[in-house]
Amino acid sequence: MFLINCPYCGERDQQEFKAGGEAHIERPKQPTELSDDEWAEYLFMRKNIKGVQFERWNHAHGCRKWFNMVRDTSNDEIKAIYKMGEKPPSQ
Amino acid sequence: MTKNLRVKTSEYIDETNRISFKFNGKTYHGYKGDTLASALLANDVHLVGRSFKYHRPRGIMSSGSEEPNAIVQINPNSDRTEPNVRATEVEIYEGLEATSQNCWPSVEFDIGGINNFLSAFLPAGFYYKTFMWPASFWEKYEFFIRHSAGLGKSPTKNDPDIYDHRNLHFDVLVVGAGISGILAAKNAAKNNFKTLLVDEKNELGGSTIYENNEFNKIDNKTSSEWLKKEIEEIKGIKNLEIKTRTSVAAYHQYNYLLARENLTDHLETKDKTNKIRQRLLKIRAKKVILATGALERPLIFNNNDRPGIMLSSAVKKYSEFYGVACGSKNVFFTNNDSAYESALSLYNKGINVEAIIDIREQSESKIVRKVKETGIKIYWSHSIVDTDGYKRLNSVSIMKLSNDGTSVTGSKISISCDCLGVAGGWTPAVHLYTQSGCKLVFDEEKNVFIPNQNTSNQISVGSCDGDFKIDEIIKNLNQKLKDNFNIKETDLDNMKVEIDQENSKRNIWLLPSNKPLGKTKPFVDYQNDATAKDIKLALREGFRSIEHVKRYTTTGMGTDQGKLGNMHALGIIADTAGVKMGELGTTTFRPPYTPLTFGTIVGRNVGKFFDIFRRTPMNNWHVENKAEFENVGQWKRAWYYPINGETMHQAVQRESKAARESAGILDASTLGKIDIQGSDASEFLNRVYTNAWSKLAIGKCRYGLMLNEDGMVYDDGVTTRLGENHYIMSTTTGGAANVLGKLEDYLQTEWPELDVYLTSVTDHYATASLCGPNSKKILKKIIPDLDLSDENFPHMSFKETNIGDIQCRIMRISFTGEHSYEINVQASYGKDLWEKCMEAGKEFNITPYGTETMHLLRAEKGFIIVGQDTDGTMTPIDLQMDWIVSKKKYDFIGKRSLYRSDTMRKDRKQLVGLLTDDPKIVLEEGAQIVSKLNQSPVEMLGHVTSSYFSPNLNKSIALAVVRGGKDMMGKKLFIPMKDKNINVTVANPVFYDEKNERLNA
Ligand SMILES: [Zn+2]
Repeated sequence: MFLINCPYCGERDQQEFKAGGEAHIERPKQPTELSDDEWAEYLFMRKNIKGVQFERWNHAHGCRKWFNMVRDTSNDEIKAIYKMGEKPPSQ
Repeated sequence: MTKNLRVKTSEYIDETNRISFKFNGKTYHGYKGDTLASALLANDVHLVGRSFKYHRPRGIMSSGSEEPNAIVQINPNSDRTEPNVRATEVEIYEGLEATSQNCWPSVEFDIGGINNFLSAFLPAGFYYKTFMWPASFWEKYEFFIRHSAGLGKSPTKNDPDIYDHRNLHFDVLVVGAGISGILAAKNAAKNNFKTLLVDEKNELGGSTIYENNEFNKIDNKTSSEWLKKEIEEIKGIKNLEIKTRTSVAAYHQYNYLLARENLTDHLETKDKTNKIRQRLLKIRAKKVILATGALERPLIFNNNDRPGIMLSSAVKKYSEFYGVACGSKNVFFTNNDSAYESALSLYNKGINVEAIIDIREQSESKIVRKVKETGIKIYWSHSIVDTDGYKRLNSVSIMKLSNDGTSVTGSKISISCDCLGVAGGWTPAVHLYTQSGCKLVFDEEKNVFIPNQNTSNQISVGSCDGDFKIDEIIKNLNQKLKDNFNIKETDLDNMKVEIDQENSKRNIWLLPSNKPLGKTKPFVDYQNDATAKDIKLALREGFRSIEHVKRYTTTGMGTDQGKLGNMHALGIIADTAGVKMGELGTTTFRPPYTPLTFGTIVGRNVGKFFDIFRRTPMNNWHVENKAEFENVGQWKRAWYYPINGETMHQAVQRESKAARESAGILDASTLGKIDIQGSDASEFLNRVYTNAWSKLAIGKCRYGLMLNEDGMVYDDGVTTRLGENHYIMSTTTGGAANVLGKLEDYLQTEWPELDVYLTSVTDHYATASLCGPNSKKILKKIIPDLDLSDENFPHMSFKETNIGDIQCRIMRISFTGEHSYEINVQASYGKDLWEKCMEAGKEFNITPYGTETMHLLRAEKGFIIVGQDTDGTMTPIDLQMDWIVSKKKYDFIGKRSLYRSDTMRKDRKQLVGLLTDDPKIVLEEGAQIVSKLNQSPVEMLGHVTSSYFSPNLNKSIALAVVRGGKDMMGKKLFIPMKDKNINVTVANPVFYDEKNERLNA
C-alpha cells in the first residue's frame, strides 16, 4: 500500500486514491478533424511500461483533486508528484 | 504408562500451575508456560499427525512458527474450533482440546497410510497425470482423494469471538525481539524515535534468552543472563512500545506492515468471552528494522521424517526453556557446531546423549572439545543412511562418507535412539524482507541467501542478515544503527563480547545412502511429502524454473510455505542441474508469513457491519409498511409492498395498475443529484450531454444522455435549470459517484478554463415521486396556492415553493409515462413529506410502489435503464435514441466515436421490443435470441434485457438487444429454453401510450 503525497493534502494512504491511467494524453481539440486511426490512437492506445511511467491519480476520498505521478512500475517507487497543468519533471 | 520427561525447573515454566488438556481424546498434564508441543513431549508424545500425501506418521519437528508437521485442530466440536494450528505455537490452558489432522480414523491407525506403501506409484505430479483422464471419471476420483486428504475441518458455527483492526504510526518498527531486535529498539527509542518492538512469542529474547554456552560471553556473563538485564531495562523506556504474541504477517511497500496481535488464545475459555481475540495491526513506520532471526535447517537423508526426528535447536529449546527432554536416548546429526551446544545442554541436565554424527572431518572449537571431554561418542565423516521405527524413531544406521560426500562406504553401524536432533545450518528468515520487494543475494561462504541492500528506511540486522555470531551481530548492528539513525555513540560501543570460533564447515544438500535414490525417502518438504526424488524427477521431466518445480512437486506450498526445506530444494536443483544457487534465484515468499484467521482479516466488518448501507429519509415508513427491500449499489431501496401475503408478482401487478389508474408514489431519494454552478455551466452541459443545453430556459427540465468517450451510453437523467448559472443534474442511483468523478475529471484536466463547480447533493434532498392521473389533485391538496395548470406548470418544468414552512423543489417530469411530479425537500423532512402525500392521497387510494413496479412501468413505455438495457457496448443509435444526439453541436464527450466505422455498422445489437406469441409467457431476462432452430452451432442474435407481464396491457412485454434489430420490425424470432422454444415477434419498444397523451392527462 503506497503512501501518496497529495499535492493539496499531504501524505495519505493509497486507499484514499484512485489511479486514472496514463498522464499527458490530451483530448484532441477538434475530434471531428481526426481520422478513425488518429481518434483510436487517442482513445485506446496506452503505454504499459516496465519502468518509469507517468500516471494520473485522483484523491477520490479526500480533496477530489487530480494530479500527476511519476512511478517506477518495476518497484513502485514514486519518483515525483506534480499538479495538473504543471510540466512533468525532466528525466 | 506415559513417561514424565520433565527434567529440571525452568524459570519459564510455572510448576505450581498444573494444567490439564486433551489430545486426541486423552487427558494429559502440563504447566503454565508450556506450549502444546512442549507439554506433549513432556508426556513422551511425539506422534501428532500424518503427512498429507503418504499419511506417514509425523512428530513435532520444531519449537516455533516454522513447524511443518505438528499441525492440529484446536477445540474440535466447539464454535471456536480452528484447523491448521501449529502445536508449537499453542500456549496450553486448562480445558484445551486438540486433535490430529490428516488421519482417518485415527493418528495411530490411518487408512491413508497405505499410500506410503504405494508411494512408488505416487511420484510428483501423480494426481495431475493420473486423475485427469478420462475427464468424466474425475468426480469419482475426487471423492476418494478428498476423503483421504484434507487439512483439518473448518468451523461450521458462527465465530463467537470479536476481532479488531488498529492503525499504528511509528518512527521505527522493530520486528523480532531477539538480541538484535532488543538492542536496535533500545537504541532507537533512546535516540527519541517513537519505537514499536514486536515478537511472535510470548517472551522476549529470541533464542539468546536460553543460550548458556559458557564460551560465548557478553560483559563476562552468559548471553542469556546478560540479555535478561537488557529486557528489564527496555521495559522502562518511555518511547518504546512492546507487543508480544504479535506476528508480522505482511510487509508491503512504503513500510506498511500488517501484524496479528494475539490477545486471548492463551486464556481459558471462560476468560475469552467479550474480549478481543486477535487484532490486526496496520502499521506504517518511517523506518523498519527487521530482526527476524534465522531458522535452523534439517538435513536431507533417507527416512528423515520419523516421529522423534527434530531440529537440534528445538531439542535444546525444549530442554533449556521448557525443561523437557525430547528423548531418553538422544542422538545428534550435524554439519556444524550448533548440535554440540544442544548436546551439551542435555548433558548438563543429566539427559542421556548417545552419540553425535558429524558429516565434517573434524572441528576444533572449544565447544566440540568440551563435548569430547564428556565422553559422548562422536562419529566424524559419517552420515545417516537410514532410520527405523514406524510411529517413533528407534534407531539410526550410519556409514562413513566418501571424501567427495557423494557416497557412503564401509559397514553400517546401527545406533539405538528415540530422539534425533538434526542440525543442517541456519537460514536467515528473509521472508518479510523479500515481501517488501527487495532482492536477495547468495552468500557462497555461508551458503545462504541474504538481503543485498539496506535502504534509508529499512535495515535487516542480526542473523536474518546472515550474521550468525554474537560478535558479528553486535559489530554490524552497531554500525547500521549509527549510519541509519545518524548517531555517534551507542551503548553497543562498550560491549565486551567473547565467542567460540567455529572453523569447519561442510554442506551437502542431499546426503547419500547405501541404497539408490529411488529406494529412499529423503523428505525435503515434510508437510507436502515432497522428496528429493520428486525434485530430481521434475528436473528430468524438463522443469527448469524454480517456480515451476515448486508447483509440480508442491515443495514449499504447504501452510508453512516450506520454511525448513526451501533451501534444500534449491540446493538439490542447483547440484543436479549444475548451476550456482545464486543464479537459480529463490521462489517468492508471499504474505502472510504465518496463516491469519479470517476473523482477523475482516475485523469488525461482519454481520450488519459487513458493508455500508445507505437508507433514505423515508426508510422507516417503508419498514413500518412491510416493504421488501432490494440492494441498489449501497442503497436499500423499497422493492415492493406486499399486502395480505401477496407474492412479488401479485404486489407488482397491483401497484402498476394503481399507478396508471389513480395514483402511485415512489421513493426516488436515491437518484444521484449534482449541483452545478458557474458562468460556464451551460457550456459544460453542452459538452457532457449528447443534446443541446444552451437554450434551455430557466425553470425548465431536460432529459440528457451521457456517453463515454468511446460513444457508449454511460448514464442518463433529467437536469433542471434553476437559474442563469445554476443547474441540478440527476443521475442513476448506481452511477452517481462515478458520474461526479468523471465530470470532475474533465473539469480539472481537460477544461480547466471552464468556470464550473460541482457538488454532490444526493444526501441533502429527499424525493417523493407522485404519479398517475390523480397526482395533480393530490399535489393541489398539499400545496393549494400553487397553480398546477398546464400553462403555468407544464410537463418538463420546475417550481420552487413551500409546503407549509418547508421549502421544496418540484419537477414535473415522468419516468412512468403518467402525469407526475418529483417533490424534493430537505432530507430531514423526507418522511414528513411522504406522510403528507399518503394522507392527501388517501381518497384516491394512493399506492406506494417500489423499484420493481417502477421498472415495469418504464418498460411499458420503452424507457431504458442504463446498466440493465445497456452494458457499455450500446450507443444512443443502437438504443434507437437518435433524437437525443445533437447533429449541430461541434463536440461532446463521445461524439467522434459515433462516427467510427465500427459504431456505424448496421449489424450492431440494437434495442427492440419483443412480444411473445403466447401473451401469457414471460421471457427470462438474459435469455438468448436466435432466428433459426435446429441448427448447430446456432448464431446468437442477442438477449432479453427487460421482461415483465404488463397488467395494463394484459400481456407479456420485453426489451431486448438484437443484432440488426432496427430493421427486423415484425420479424419472428425464437428464444430456445431448456424445455421449450418460445416464439416471439420483434416490436416497437414503446408498448404503451405511444403518443404520450397520458403525460397531460
Ligand atoms: Zn488531496
